[in-house]
Amino acid sequence: MILESARFSTFSRLLHWLMAVMVVAMLFLGIGMAASVSIRYRVLVSIHRPLGIAILILVVIRFVNRLVNPPPRLPATMSSLERLGARGSHALLYILMALLPLVGWGMLSAARYPIVVFGALQLPPILPYNLSLYSALRQLHTVLAFLLFATFIAHFGAALFHALVRRDGVFESMAPWLRRALTRTVPPPRN
Amino acid sequence: MTRATEISNLAVRLALIGCALICTIIVFGYVAGWWSPQRLTQDRLAAAFVQVNGPHPGFRLNHAKGVCASGWFDSTGEAVAVSKAAVFQAGKLPVVGRFSLAGGMPFQVDKPAAVRALALQFLPPGAQEWRTGTLNIPVFAVNSARGFYDQLLATAPDPKTGKPDPAKMTAFLAAHPETAKALSIIAKRMVSSGFFDSTFNGLNAFRFVNAAGASVPVRWSFLPLASLPAEAMPQSTPADENYLFDALIAQINQHPLQWRLMITLGEPGDPTNDATIPWPDGRPQIDAGTVTIDRVASEDGSNCTGINFDPLVLPNGIEPSDDPLLSARSAVYARSFTLRAGHVHEKPPSAVNPRAVQRSAAP
Repeated sequence: MILESARFSTFSRLLHWLMAVMVVAMLFLGIGMAASVSIRYRVLVSIHRPLGIAILILVVIRFVNRLVNPPPRLPATMSSLERLGARGSHALLYILMALLPLVGWGMLSAARYPIVVFGALQLPPILPYNLSLYSALRQLHTVLAFLLFATFIAHFGAALFHALVRRDGVFESMAPWLRRALTRTVPPPRN
Repeated sequence: MTRATEISNLAVRLALIGCALICTIIVFGYVAGWWSPQRLTQDRLAAAFVQVNGPHPGFRLNHAKGVCASGWFDSTGEAVAVSKAAVFQAGKLPVVGRFSLAGGMPFQVDKPAAVRALALQFLPPGAQEWRTGTLNIPVFAVNSARGFYDQLLATAPDPKTGKPDPAKMTAFLAAHPETAKALSIIAKRMVSSGFFDSTFNGLNAFRFVNAAGASVPVRWSFLPLASLPAEAMPQSTPADENYLFDALIAQINQHPLQWRLMITLGEPGDPTNDATIPWPDGRPQIDAGTVTIDRVASEDGSNCTGINFDPLVLPNGIEPSDDPLLSARSAVYARSFTLRAGHVHEKPPSAVNPRAVQRSAAP
């Protein structure tokens, strides 16, 4: 059965979907930018930096919101191992969403690049000028980005699994507008 | 519902999930260029430099041979009319620079026809910096990243003969008529005797934006003031492998060298997206100020080594044009910078060492 009460607050859902679009866009933009030598490169870079800073700000707001509006409890049908996976992957998502912009900001600082957000708005460096440090952070930025992409794929897969196979209300707790659509087209499982 | 349809229903759902995930990964890989080996990427362009020049850890992929310089910029304030960038406010501000030769060989022998470069970083206190790279040629030889890549491979020495394969060059020029035209313009240029009397051109077009928001296409050049007569300059013979740099160092130790920054204003119809085409003569010019270089220092442990002279590090008031080379240069410079930053401790000493030159010049 679908749990009627288990649902994220409106603000939590707004933050989730807004950041979902931003983070996924950022991942594709980042990998495209790192490969590109076309005229798109500078456009991608000029979006990448302000978008990264926006994600950093939003992830702080989101963390505070999570404390104020705790997420609904996971359904009792989930095993303890599944719960562990869910908690761990969410913690990883939060850590990576905060760490990636910080590493990006830090690496630009260490390389003595001006950190222009847009126009005349420029951020101060947060790390000392050091080429070896830049090199290490630049590599870390790539590794963390791939890790975030992998975590996103796991999250996306798990969400679809809850929506289409388990049908335990977990997906609908974040996407309530899909509840009607899903219950209409998908007959409830026989118990 | 029968048990069989329930199972097949479940299989369809699982397949749907698998499909969604695999499709996402495929699109991600497409954006990354993993499924398109023909697409020119930063990695492939960087690899072509290493393929042609051999590995030189810790050096720049291009303009590998160079020397650091520093000095200041006296702005006339005249460019304020066309750009709101703080750099152009009347006054004096520090600059860091680098003189170099084009090409990826850090120990190449100085030759008169080698393309000379001056890269500069303008540092207005408390305001946004400006970085620019300029060359002593009137137009750029290529107008796209693909053209650059093709040229790099076409001019690479054949491992058998040690010389570029003329057939490859012919094929390259046939495929890139813009380069054939540009090379004929470059061949007609006057080659000055050294760095000190070279005119350095920005080549790519940019856009200046003033305080009122008006935007105008521009190109810029650094014109030598060379106040010392050439005969009075310490002479090095072209037989010396660093003769261009040695002369530069000896000159700067005697007297600062100066270049006037001239901004050329483009008119509607002047190409901004093609660095192989010169703008017509007689375009209005603005004397933005004078760059004075009073110090040179070895790249090893000096101020310019850690600077990526990225043409897109621009202050508010200077904007990129639609020239595709700006993105290409910025992207590849960034990759080159990352590569050498990772090998900073493996780098052998640079070829040009001002202290050694000074010592040998001392009586």
